[in-house]
Amino acid sequence: MLTDETRMIDVDHVTKQYGDFVAVEDVTFSVPKGEILGFLGPNGAGKTTTMRILTGYMPPTMGSARIAGYDMMTQSLEARRHIGYLPETVPLYTDMTVRDYLGFQATLRGMGNPRKRARIDEVIDRMRLQEYADTLIGKLSKGYRQRVGISQAILHEPDVLVLDEPTIGIDPIQVVETRQIIKDLGKEHTIILSTHILPEVSMVCQRVIIISDGRLAAVDTPENLSARLGGPERVRMVVRGPVREVTGVLRDIGGVHGVESEPSGTEGAFRFQVECRAGRDIRPQLAAAVIQRRWDLLELQAIGMSLEDIFLQLTTREEYEEVHA
Amino acid sequence: MRNTLAIFGKEFRTYFTSPMAYIIAAVYLAMSGFFFVQDLSSLQLARLQGLLGPSGFLLLLIAPILTMRLFAEEQKLGTLELLLTAPVRDEEVVLGKFLAALSILAVMIVLTAYYPVILMLFSNPDLGPILSGYLGLFLAGACFLAVGLLASSFTANQILAAILGIGILLLFWLISGAANLVPQYPAVRDILNYVSLGGHYSDFLRGVVDTKDVLYYLTFAATCLFFTVRSLETRRWR
Repeated sequence: MLTDETRMIDVDHVTKQYGDFVAVEDVTFSVPKGEILGFLGPNGAGKTTTMRILTGYMPPTMGSARIAGYDMMTQSLEARRHIGYLPETVPLYTDMTVRDYLGFQATLRGMGNPRKRARIDEVIDRMRLQEYADTLIGKLSKGYRQRVGISQAILHEPDVLVLDEPTIGIDPIQVVETRQIIKDLGKEHTIILSTHILPEVSMVCQRVIIISDGRLAAVDTPENLSARLGGPERVRMVVRGPVREVTGVLRDIGGVHGVESEPSGTEGAFRFQVECRAGRDIRPQLAAAVIQRRWDLLELQAIGMSLEDIFLQLTTREEYEEVHA
Repeated sequence: MRNTLAIFGKEFRTYFTSPMAYIIAAVYLAMSGFFFVQDLSSLQLARLQGLLGPSGFLLLLIAPILTMRLFAEEQKLGTLELLLTAPVRDEEVVLGKFLAALSILAVMIVLTAYYPVILMLFSNPDLGPILSGYLGLFLAGACFLAVGLLASSFTANQILAAILGIGILLLFWLISGAANLVPQYPAVRDILNYVSLGGHYSDFLRGVVDTKDVLYYLTFAATCLFFTVRSLETRRWR
């Protein structure tokens, strides 16, 4: 159980309706200090709406959100002081220079002059924007704008950072850099990061929330999600031997649910997909069974359930089952 | 207060980063020069009514163009989201932007001050109506900007904001004309005359500074700013 002091973000039974449309329904979660939380969901699942409620841009229809202990509805200004926010579209004033823009944002965040100047230089250094400090934001590429966007979010050293799709629309090298920056920021800040890029979550986040159709589908660490939801794990093997007999032998091994086979491309060899019960490693038995009968074991590989699989299973259950029925 | 000043400073500087403010000022000054010369050459009178009278209507058309950017662009760029999630009150945002536009308008009005100077150099004009006229122009201008700002908060489309602002202003400017259509209802006529932006302006031109007129303009501007704050709030609820 989390104590009040360590909870930086606290979302309590939040529901948001636009007219008849329910964008977010009864969402509850909290984030302890220093955690990077991944907010995962398909487009239109309610990620941005939740973030807008968290940052005080819009109030929830029901429920409440607290940032660093301050209620977003009743102590809005105080709560907003503790948040740095990067919206998905990275909105910036294109007709200002980077330094002027950061200066403006710093003043709005209540920073006084000496601290302001030192801090802006610090952030410009950290985000490696030195070269462009006096360039108009409108002339910067998407990647650099992203850095300016992150700069304004961390400028006032907020306790909580809310980053909506921070790696979207920038080139792969910048994506890697941005992830590293977010990891580093996680040492000082509590971060909520929304994304629909799955590997990003396992790379950057300590915990994942999966949201689907406005509801929480799961909250856990990326590893636990795989284990808990695991379902059948799979082993892929390539064996040279009579395909029907091999299938029969593999199917008889304890813990095996099903075996599928297909030609492997290698002469006389087949690729077998073995579905087995989660949490039991039956690779030794599989290998032994094949070798005992003097068939050639060419490959043996365990395939865990990827985050993609879990994600698909949680967010598109019906379609998934129809396709795989 | 500091937030209002920060927003004021940013908006004021932004006016000079695009040619818009320069073009608007140039058009206004060219037109006021034309009005001045036309009145002077036809009447041969050392007065400024010929300039200040049409100036009111001219500012009515110009003010919403000055303010159309202020909220519409923020909505279009999405920067409104960052502005409204910063620890800043909506009132401070509205006031900062309004004061920036008002300062630009004040600069434009002050730039026409050399016309009365010319009159004073060559003649002996009655300063009363000139000063009261300028006061009226400034106050009416403040109302025009407040309406323009309100219109800008309604939409992400700048052109739409300008047209909407001008439309509302024309309605309030010309509504006193409707008063003549209902001579049989004096009460209705008086109300229409009172709410009209144009009716109050003519008092100032005649050299009369009536507290009723001053109060009317101040209330009108304040009401529009109040509704602008409310309009921002409803953006949050959508």
